[in-house]
Amino acid sequence: MAASSERSPPPFPDSEEPELLEDSDDGADAFTGTSISEMDSLSPDTTGPPKDLFNTPPEDIFSDPLSDINSEPQKNVKIQSPGSDEAVDLFSDPLDDEADVISSPEVQNPVPDLLKETVETPKSDVIGKAPIDISSKPVHKNAIGARHQDIFEDPPKDSSKGSAAKKAGSAELFGDDDDDEDEEEEMFKEPLKAMTKKPQPSVASGPPINVFTEVKSEVKVKQHVKDDPTDLFAEEAVKAPATKPSSSGGSRTNGVHSEEQDIFSEATVELSLDSPLNDRKKKDAVKASVSAPAAPVASSSSKPPSKTLEELEEEESEDKFDLNISITNPEKIGDGMNAYMAYKVSTQTSLTMFRSKTFTVRRRFSDFLGLYEKLSEKHSQNGFIIPPPPEKSILGMTKVKVGKEDPSSAEFVERRRAALERYLQRIVSHPSLLQDPDVREFLEKEELPRAVGTQALSGAGFLKMLNKATDAVSKMTIKMNEQDVWFDEKIQDVENEEQQLRKLHVMVESLVNHRKELSGNTAVFAKSVAMLGSSEDNTALSRALSQLAEVEDRIEQLHQDQAANDFFTFSELLADYIRLLGAVRGCFDQRMKAWQRWQDAENMLQKKRESEAKLLWANKPDKLQQAKDEISEWEAKVTQFEREFERISATVQKDVIRFDKEKARDFKRQIIKYLESLLHSEQQLIKYWEAFLPEAKAIA
Amino acid sequence: MTSISDDSDKEKVRSVSVDLNHDASLLIDIPDALCERDKVKFTVHTKTTLSSFQKPDFSVPRQHEDFIWLHDTIVETEDYAGLIIPPAPPKPDFEGPREKMHKLGEGESSMTKEEYAKMKQELEAEYLAVFKKTVQVHEVFLQRLSSHPVFSKDRNFHIFLEYDQDLTVRRKNAKEMFGGFFKNMVKTADEVLISGVKEVDEFFEQEKTFLLDYSVKIKDSAAKAEKMTRSHKNVADDYNHISGALNSTAADNNSAFKKHLEKSADVFEKLRKVEDRVASDQELKLTELLRYYTRDIQAAKDLLYRRARALADYENSNKALDKARLKGKDIAQAEENQKQCLQKFDKLSESGRKELTSFKARRVIAFRKNLIEMTELEIKHAKNSVSLLQGSIEMLKGN
Repeated sequence: MAASSERSPPPFPDSEEPELLEDSDDGADAFTGTSISEMDSLSPDTTGPPKDLFNTPPEDIFSDPLSDINSEPQKNVKIQSPGSDEAVDLFSDPLDDEADVISSPEVQNPVPDLLKETVETPKSDVIGKAPIDISSKPVHKNAIGARHQDIFEDPPKDSSKGSAAKKAGSAELFGDDDDDEDEEEEMFKEPLKAMTKKPQPSVASGPPINVFTEVKSEVKVKQHVKDDPTDLFAEEAVKAPATKPSSSGGSRTNGVHSEEQDIFSEATVELSLDSPLNDRKKKDAVKASVSAPAAPVASSSSKPPSKTLEELEEEESEDKFDLNISITNPEKIGDGMNAYMAYKVSTQTSLTMFRSKTFTVRRRFSDFLGLYEKLSEKHSQNGFIIPPPPEKSILGMTKVKVGKEDPSSAEFVERRRAALERYLQRIVSHPSLLQDPDVREFLEKEELPRAVGTQALSGAGFLKMLNKATDAVSKMTIKMNEQDVWFDEKIQDVENEEQQLRKLHVMVESLVNHRKELSGNTAVFAKSVAMLGSSEDNTALSRALSQLAEVEDRIEQLHQDQAANDFFTFSELLADYIRLLGAVRGCFDQRMKAWQRWQDAENMLQKKRESEAKLLWANKPDKLQQAKDEISEWEAKVTQFEREFERISATVQKDVIRFDKEKARDFKRQIIKYLESLLHSEQQLIKYWEAFLPEAKAIA
Repeated sequence: MTSISDDSDKEKVRSVSVDLNHDASLLIDIPDALCERDKVKFTVHTKTTLSSFQKPDFSVPRQHEDFIWLHDTIVETEDYAGLIIPPAPPKPDFEGPREKMHKLGEGESSMTKEEYAKMKQELEAEYLAVFKKTVQVHEVFLQRLSSHPVFSKDRNFHIFLEYDQDLTVRRKNAKEMFGGFFKNMVKTADEVLISGVKEVDEFFEQEKTFLLDYSVKIKDSAAKAEKMTRSHKNVADDYNHISGALNSTAADNNSAFKKHLEKSADVFEKLRKVEDRVASDQELKLTELLRYYTRDIQAAKDLLYRRARALADYENSNKALDKARLKGKDIAQAEENQKQCLQKFDKLSESGRKELTSFKARRVIAFRKNLIEMTELEIKHAKNSVSLLQGSIEMLKGN
């Protein structure tokens, strides 16, 4: 709750305030109500911003939030959990003491919780602010300054723009965090003055004032904004130069986030003590320490929401990670059924986020699964495509455990080794996952806590179950009429492609089998010809036949090698992408779920409105207030869910585009590799036959 | 005879599994054949300078059954007992393509356009291969006869070549079929019986051992080669399917991915062609060679059997003569009989020795020729693949 309240950025307040005035109830209510209405696009109010607003907050404060919002929107998404917690704590304490306003102070998880909380605590000032934030964001996107002015002058425009701006969902969240801090500051300062009665107005008002003042000097504001983000980004950049600016906010790493949060939290703490201006300065100082190169990052990051697909696509192609991971030396450890395979995971990198340039760890299969579980827990609801690990194979592993040195178990081990290698490579080539502390830990840390829970369920099995369950449920219950053409097509494409790849995979598997068969039959034929040669009574012919047998023997080996290439280079590639496309569909499902949540909230809001109307008609003023509260609560929820949906849509879209590029590149690489293996086979074949030709000619 | 299979399908592709004396006085080939349902009509073309034929150049239509008839009459001719009788061509087997055709018809509605096209392609290729093979074995049979000093003068052979109407050979009826089967049984039993007869001639003793051993081995090799070429064919078919699947995957795509898919589909399509060639050339040059000699060796073994039979008869007549002398009865008749048997045996041995020697030479030459041709084709195809692959890799890398 607290978090949400904190977040509400200044610019919105304007619109809300007018309503407040009109509604005339508690400041809080007024705020919420107005804000909601704005969101809905019926821009009601916002005429004359309250004077309070003007008075309180200094420009600096305002600029900060704005800057934060603009610059870091995407980051916040990830960061939220820690940041929000702190903020909440700070915030919640005072609030609780002061009033009942904040009903549910506990901040649990990152984004969703935050959103919910905001929604849930309608009465609290916090809530009122949250909506404000939303509206503010749109403003940010377009011309910040102009919008602000508009807001003040023409309420209706603002509202409409606000709705349009909704699409920039991800950005808002960030904005919230920053705002929170600012607000917190204010809260701390001002609450003392007038906490009890109109804590919200005061809080909210603070920022709005800034808006006004700054509206005129928008340019400056923007610059401020940029500075702030730069700093944050800069730090990132320093740590992990690999992440390109192009990768939008969503891709920022956790590590980075946490640091950012630290900065913020410290800042907030300090702020609470100091005046906002001071905070600002401190922040600036902090930022100043950061190197300059971040600037482009900041600018790019501030754009993301408005970026076109083409831009995204272009940007993606630039990604290149100086990070090589190889898995070698599979080694059986232990005996009997407790035996397991350990793999050497070697990393070679120039990324500064790692402690050294080369390092090696030993990992077992369940560690790989554990990594996947961790990643999917953290990131799947964000809409990232998390590369699935290879499937657990009880049969294959049992063979290995029982431990006869037979070729099939050697093949199994090699197959798994290669699959794990590709799995890791895919993870680190994901700009966001690379930044995950768990990934780094997996690659770097000597001893990893034993992954639990992976034994019973293999990663892929787990994924399958999850997919199936969600598929079944969502297909039955969710009837989403897709508004977004891109998604509409993409979902269809992915499904088609998966089917096609499945078919193709079957064909390639059959090629592998037939080639193995050919290899076997060639071997048998070679033996048979050798026998025939030994029976042949013409010496030259006998010799030629046994030579032919040798040639066929070699060709058999060639076929066998080629079958391995068919399998490892081609078939496994397809199998990987079939699994990856499954993961992509999982992302679409996550998005659909977010949509469903939004729609549910929308329906609920509708109901609440209807009941309010009834109450109005029945003339029951005592319950009317409660109904209004509920409406504002649900309006906030709708806003939040909608934002969340937009955010996840943006992330999924971005990640899918990235995935497509990666896929095309991967396929090209593998196909070339495969054709080269064929080429090599044919070249050998020429050699063998050319060597045989004189033998055949020598038959007399 | 020596025409080498060439890449162009149009060109008549023939491979000769037997080396034949080049005798320009009687040249036979089958330039054309027509497949109607389960019957294949061959056009047998003859070019000759022999005066025993009415015209120097003529063609007649013949069916597989006519070839069998010709073979049977030759086998039944007593005078040819001392010769290795060229093995009859095997019955045309269009089962494979027909089955596929059936599948094609059935699945036409359920298959995508690409799949249908691919399947049709496969069918055509397979049909062509079987067709080629069938024509080849029939041609070889006639050429063996025409190049043999004795058989080339056979009356029935001449009728076969010259009679410009349908021969309308009567198919064997069930009784005859059974009779043939029974005869075979008797022959097999008889072979076992006379195997006890002591061989007097070291050459034949050796030949017998060799042929028995060799026929087992070559039969095995032929079967293994067939398996090998079949699985090679499967690989080629897989390429075809992969190409089709890649194409249909590409059809649904519209990213950069599409280009790669289309290119790969193209590569696989081309690879299929080459691989198909490799498989069918192996089949023609290697498998057919082994198969043919499996049959030819059987024919040689039959010759040995007939000689052994004659030997046994001779020995029996000797015994009969001894008995007759002992009893003092029918001595003249027994002597006559014994003399005839000896004569027959000697004649068989003499021609058999010649035949077997020439058989050996023929076999070696045929193996040489086919192995060289096959090797050259393998090299050629592999080189094709190499340049194809190199080009494709360049292209893929380039974009």
